Amino acid sequence: MAATITEKILARAAGQEHVAPGDNIWIDVDILLTHDVCGPGTIGVFKREFGDDARVWDADKIAIIPDHYIYTADTKAHRNIDTLRDFARAQQLPYFYDPGTASYKGVCHVALPEAGHVRPGEVILGTDSHTCTHGALGAFATGIGNTDAGFVMGTGKLLVKVPKTLRFVLDGELPEGVVAKDIILRIIGDIGVDGATYCAMEFCGSAIDALSIEERMTICNMAIEAGGKNGIIAPDEKTLAYIKSRTDRPFTPVYGDADAAVEAEYRYDVSTFVPCVAEPHLPSRYVPAAEREAVKLDRAYIGSCTGGKLTDFIMAAQFLKGRKVTIDTFLVPATVEVAEGLITETIDGMSLVEIFAAAGCLDVAPPSCAACLGGPEDTFGHAHGSEVVISTTNRNFIGRMGSKQASIYLASPLTVAASAVAGHIADPRDLLSS
Amino acid sequence: MASTSKIIKGSVYVVEDNIDTDQIIPAKFLNLVPTIPDEYAKLGSHAMAGLPEGHPAFVPEGTDKSPYAIMVAGRNFGCGSSREHAPICLGAAGIQAVVAESYARIFFRNAVATGEVFPVESKVRLCEAFKTGDVAEIDMAANSIKNVTSGESYELIPPGAVAPVIEAGGIFGYARETGMIKQRD
Repeated sequence: MAATITEKILARAAGQEHVAPGDNIWIDVDILLTHDVCGPGTIGVFKREFGDDARVWDADKIAIIPDHYIYTADTKAHRNIDTLRDFARAQQLPYFYDPGTASYKGVCHVALPEAGHVRPGEVILGTDSHTCTHGALGAFATGIGNTDAGFVMGTGKLLVKVPKTLRFVLDGELPEGVVAKDIILRIIGDIGVDGATYCAMEFCGSAIDALSIEERMTICNMAIEAGGKNGIIAPDEKTLAYIKSRTDRPFTPVYGDADAAVEAEYRYDVSTFVPCVAEPHLPSRYVPAAEREAVKLDRAYIGSCTGGKLTDFIMAAQFLKGRKVTIDTFLVPATVEVAEGLITETIDGMSLVEIFAAAGCLDVAPPSCAACLGGPEDTFGHAHGSEVVISTTNRNFIGRMGSKQASIYLASPLTVAASAVAGHIADPRDLLSS
Repeated sequence: MASTSKIIKGSVYVVEDNIDTDQIIPAKFLNLVPTIPDEYAKLGSHAMAGLPEGHPAFVPEGTDKSPYAIMVAGRNFGCGSSREHAPICLGAAGIQAVVAESYARIFFRNAVATGEVFPVESKVRLCEAFKTGDVAEIDMAANSIKNVTSGESYELIPPGAVAPVIEAGGIFGYARETGMIKQRD
């Protein structure tokens, strides 16, 4: 019987021949991911339900990647990292990436594939809604709460409902200046913030094939902003090459059937797409950047699991090389590996860090989630007033970056860079061509 | 303990569409760990602290309990983050049920898994049929909600496949009842 990639992965994880949308099934989990804001509560649930002396189901399958509140004086944030540290030691967890040590990585959704924990065909559950990022590598990946995560920690299993699939077929060639973030903001704009509720968002077509792995991650990362349960892209040669550069562990890719029934299919010719922003206060408030040039900005922000990968900084640097920003421009590489890339990666002999410094950006911050979600008051980039911010992050909800009076526009790294130079929302194509 | 046969009566707090988890519990309070009892209570004191200015206070200043027992909402309640702090802060503040036109998936799931609040779906949009401060009565067995203040009654959508999990008080109760994990000693 024909099935989608999501249905096939879930069927295999449930030990069944076939599963259908709407089925409630118990699945085996391959990776459980948690971090500093949900890990302590997950551990609390695990101990409450299984006992203080209980052992986790499989230490090799748990990745604890603190990333949210790292560079802050907040004492509870430090206490929470200590809780993770003590638990990792007591349970002898090999994959705890400890802040302040050489093992620290940074933003969990960029770190997880970097560290080889994401493999096609596997099931990844994480206590963070952007866990859907990992579908970019052909995994089933979705966000869960602390209670479900505590359950997984003890049993390796979870009861899940098989989602219907919405298929997005993206063909054509992206115009210069238009990138993955523009694709996903356009889709969310079209279907709305609840347009994919409970559904798998499957992305395919020649435009997806042409994207790099990191750009595919940007697309799957924001599936949750349309309410999606997971985003997923079938593995191809690029995927397999990426995975093999990151892990020696064996895996079996899973592919969907072309004739599998889906709930709906959306077709796009991406050659018609344009640089865009999502206006405050919803990611679905799509508008072409060129139509909002009257919006004056106070800040630009490049960072997060959505827009803080090396590719994102390369795009911004390509634009900022030889130009000057006119507003405060905050740069937060997602991970230590990305931060190192800012030093080693060069354009015409200049490192990205040098390009950003010459352009007048603020000094690059250490890797973490930083102000993407506001965080403690002393977080780098935290909004404190009525700032108007353009950002490569994923959510522009009211108060998201720390101040209810602030306005956040979401955009691609190129559009953010162009706007940082202009001081107002700008279409990067105007300057790319000049 | 949650039960699908009970009556929930109390004062209503009304919000509209797309109430996201940053409005339900702003990220600056995520340093609180819900399984630590006094931090659980503190989460209650911050429930709905992210709503824009102009909304009536959900939890009176200096307290950790809300005078409201029922939240009535529009579409896509709880969108955004997977933070379980969201249903937990509502439960900690004393909310027993949310009645929304639709839910974001993870919020709904977390509400069911924790047993903190009933996430109930209404057949029709109710956020204009209730005003904050109205008294409502939910009859879980009859799948109905009555606005006691106006006298009007409305249908609720039966919980369907999640009913046994709600009935069991959450995912752990359900897993123990069905033999997925062993009963407590």
